[in-house]
Amino acid sequence: MDVGIVSYGAYVPRYRITPMEIGRVWGQDGKAMSKGLYINSKSVPSPDEDVVTISAQAARGMMRRVQVDPADIGALYVGSESHPYAVKPTGTIVAEAIEASPELCVADLEFACKAGTAGMQMVMGMVGSGMIRYGVAIGADTSQGAPGDALEYSASAGGAAFLIGREDIIARFNGTLSYTTDTPDFWRREGQPYPSHGGRFTGEPAYFKHVGEAARRMMERMGTSPGDYNHIVLHQPNGKFPQRMASMLGFSDEQVSRGLLTPMVGNTYSGAVPLGLAAVLDVAKPGDRILAVAYGSGAGSDAFDITVTDAIKGFDRGAAPTIDAMMENTRELDYATYAKYRGKILMKG
Amino acid sequence: MTVARFWRDIPSRYNLYGSRCSGCGKVYFPMRHICPECRRSSIGKMQRHRLSGKGRVHSFSVVHDAPPQLAALKPYAVAIVEMDEGVKVTGQLVDVDIEEIDIGMGVEAVLRKIGDEGPGGIIHYGFKFSPRFD
Amino acid sequence: MREVAVIGTGVTQFGELWDHSFRQVGIQAGLEAVYDANLSGSEIDAMYIGNMSSGRFIDQHHIGALIADYSGMASHNVPSTRIEAAGASGSLAFRQGVMAVASGMHDVVVVGGAEKMTDVSDDASNFILNSAADQQWESMMGATFASLHAMIAKRYIHEGYATREQIAQVAVKSHLHGALNPKAQFQRQIKLETVLRSPMVAEPLTMFDCSPISDGAAAVVLCPLDKAHEYTDKPVKVLGTGQASDTLALYQRPDICSFGATKVASRMAYDIAGVGPEDIDLVEVHDDYTISELLALEDMGFFPRGEAGRAVESGETEIGGRLPVNTSGGLKARGNPIGATGVAQIVELVTQLRGDADKRQVKGAKTGMAQSIGGTGSTAVITIMGVA
Repeated sequence: MDVGIVSYGAYVPRYRITPMEIGRVWGQDGKAMSKGLYINSKSVPSPDEDVVTISAQAARGMMRRVQVDPADIGALYVGSESHPYAVKPTGTIVAEAIEASPELCVADLEFACKAGTAGMQMVMGMVGSGMIRYGVAIGADTSQGAPGDALEYSASAGGAAFLIGREDIIARFNGTLSYTTDTPDFWRREGQPYPSHGGRFTGEPAYFKHVGEAARRMMERMGTSPGDYNHIVLHQPNGKFPQRMASMLGFSDEQVSRGLLTPMVGNTYSGAVPLGLAAVLDVAKPGDRILAVAYGSGAGSDAFDITVTDAIKGFDRGAAPTIDAMMENTRELDYATYAKYRGKILMKG
Repeated sequence: MTVARFWRDIPSRYNLYGSRCSGCGKVYFPMRHICPECRRSSIGKMQRHRLSGKGRVHSFSVVHDAPPQLAALKPYAVAIVEMDEGVKVTGQLVDVDIEEIDIGMGVEAVLRKIGDEGPGGIIHYGFKFSPRFD
Repeated sequence: MREVAVIGTGVTQFGELWDHSFRQVGIQAGLEAVYDANLSGSEIDAMYIGNMSSGRFIDQHHIGALIADYSGMASHNVPSTRIEAAGASGSLAFRQGVMAVASGMHDVVVVGGAEKMTDVSDDASNFILNSAADQQWESMMGATFASLHAMIAKRYIHEGYATREQIAQVAVKSHLHGALNPKAQFQRQIKLETVLRSPMVAEPLTMFDCSPISDGAAAVVLCPLDKAHEYTDKPVKVLGTGQASDTLALYQRPDICSFGATKVASRMAYDIAGVGPEDIDLVEVHDDYTISELLALEDMGFFPRGEAGRAVESGETEIGGRLPVNTSGGLKARGNPIGATGVAQIVELVTQLRGDADKRQVKGAKTGMAQSIGGTGSTAVITIMGVA
């Protein structure tokens, strides 16, 4: 029996900051940064938001859209590189928040920006094998860039949750594969508040090689070509990389645009491909085919070939906020407020 | 606060579990063992009852003089919310401009951090209210 | 039941008493009251001490024994009991003392109330005060004690019961009276603009809508009315008391613009005293926040709902008006050392009814009434007193 997406939910915090505002503070050309990265604004979590709350809101939206008994969820994985606890799972809190506890398997995952899609693959395997009826995979982050670092212009917050099963699926997984090597392009050591990166090394040998290889191999395995897909959703550390990657693979801007959120919300890390996929599912029609390729530094790519089913017609998208709704009603912050919200100001202990 | 003291309340903090008297049908939050209306006849008849999370602002205030733990949120709004089930609940209002808040405004429960026990301590999650989505 | 009289009073200066410890403050008021009652000390049968949170303000529990010890009563092994009901701790200690004398259990009883609040930071103090509300389902949700009262005020204004200015006028009136009380924390008159323009605490309430953080103590001595003349020429009689509870959390009430416990306790006290609101010459109410005073005046039956604000605005509640309210300056201007507050109200009533209130004297005062609140109306204590 086919394994696919039964429901999904997304969450992006309300606050935004622009590259121009960040550049103003650090004496950099924000406008040029914005143009170079193709990021017009990035999302900022409120001080009372973190990966737990973002995951829980996304998962609750996911559950609102279907009539699935949360007790039938057999697994829940949260992929993130900003889990609020170093030790103590995010997933148990999220599982409790959607009342999927206690008979389920929960684990937190980390693989830079692709831990959410890694979770999807794990759940696909469990559902496909008949081990569980439904499983939830969530990718979410509240990433931080060091003040003044290039990453600060992009690192943002958001996430999406997917309910995966075999019944009433709105999108079928035709296949998935991963491409993984040991490529240290971006890392964060235990106890360090901000990540480090290899600068331009994060491009060709890292992002482009892994995303490109995974996408090519996926199409080769499925016997498809770019023209067979309505949408391509790629990892999007900035707005430019996925556009360039898609064009290198032979995809058009139209195929990229719906799943490209980074220009509006910045790099949501583990949330990036899950949110892009959610944005596509928000508008997808039966028969639409989607190629999604996540990327996690360190490094690896997860590719998914997905076909939207007829069931999407009866799917209650309106029961939870759409990505478009989250792009409206936003509030822009100045850098001082952003610094306060992100805990960048030294407070009295 | 010890970990157990918070942990015990997780069903109410995350999912607004209260009690419903199976005698008179009245709903309470948080949980009660005795219905103040039915008293003796309600013993053993109080059922766990999950609130919908939806309600309306009965009254509110914008807090300027706040505990240090909530300093980053200042000024923040706190409200008494009358839930659709008739029972009232106190919680913060989030994702709304202060000047847009008014008595009668529709809100729904969302999960947020409500506090923590310092940078090395446990994080407390619980409900706050945001403008109603639907 | 025996009739009970107050035969002596004592009250310290209220305010930031940096050079006084808890025990010094407590003892000072007690000794003053014992001296006023012309007691040697050996007549004392029991002590009741109102205190909200010495355990958290000064890390000291077992206040009953501490006060007994430092007032020299430990050597007489006098039983001493600490009473706690948040803001109503002092008034409740008084009521316990009255019941002890009325029942015949004890003859001479000292009732004290004390709080030392300034030995902790303002943040810590506010945190402790928040515990008078429902810690788990109000304070922990981000509702400060001030914000709970602000929500009452917001709804009260929304219902059209008073204007923001009328609520603020309560503080102006309190300061007007406080200026006449040499023991008050604030003895300076203020303008309405001062209240409206002072820093916001919890909208709509500003700093001047809130009672201050204070140190202080108050004490009275009780004995059976028929023995009162052995000690004093001017005993003041306890005509009636009442006490009532309500939900701990404000949000649990159907109507947040009224304190049901005040209504019930008032009715109880009126019935026992055989008087009604029209017989009361002056009243001390629990104005921990300005809005609380308006609720109190309506719940006690002095004004119909929605009329108290107008009455305050028109000067009816000033000394010389139809019903002088908080002639002491109230919690707002006299100060609010939590455990002492309820006893200080009794001291003010006794002072007025004895005719000893000097510049703030309500002429011809025969009957006075006090209302004291714990939390947001969760405990209400009412006392009615009259000239003996």
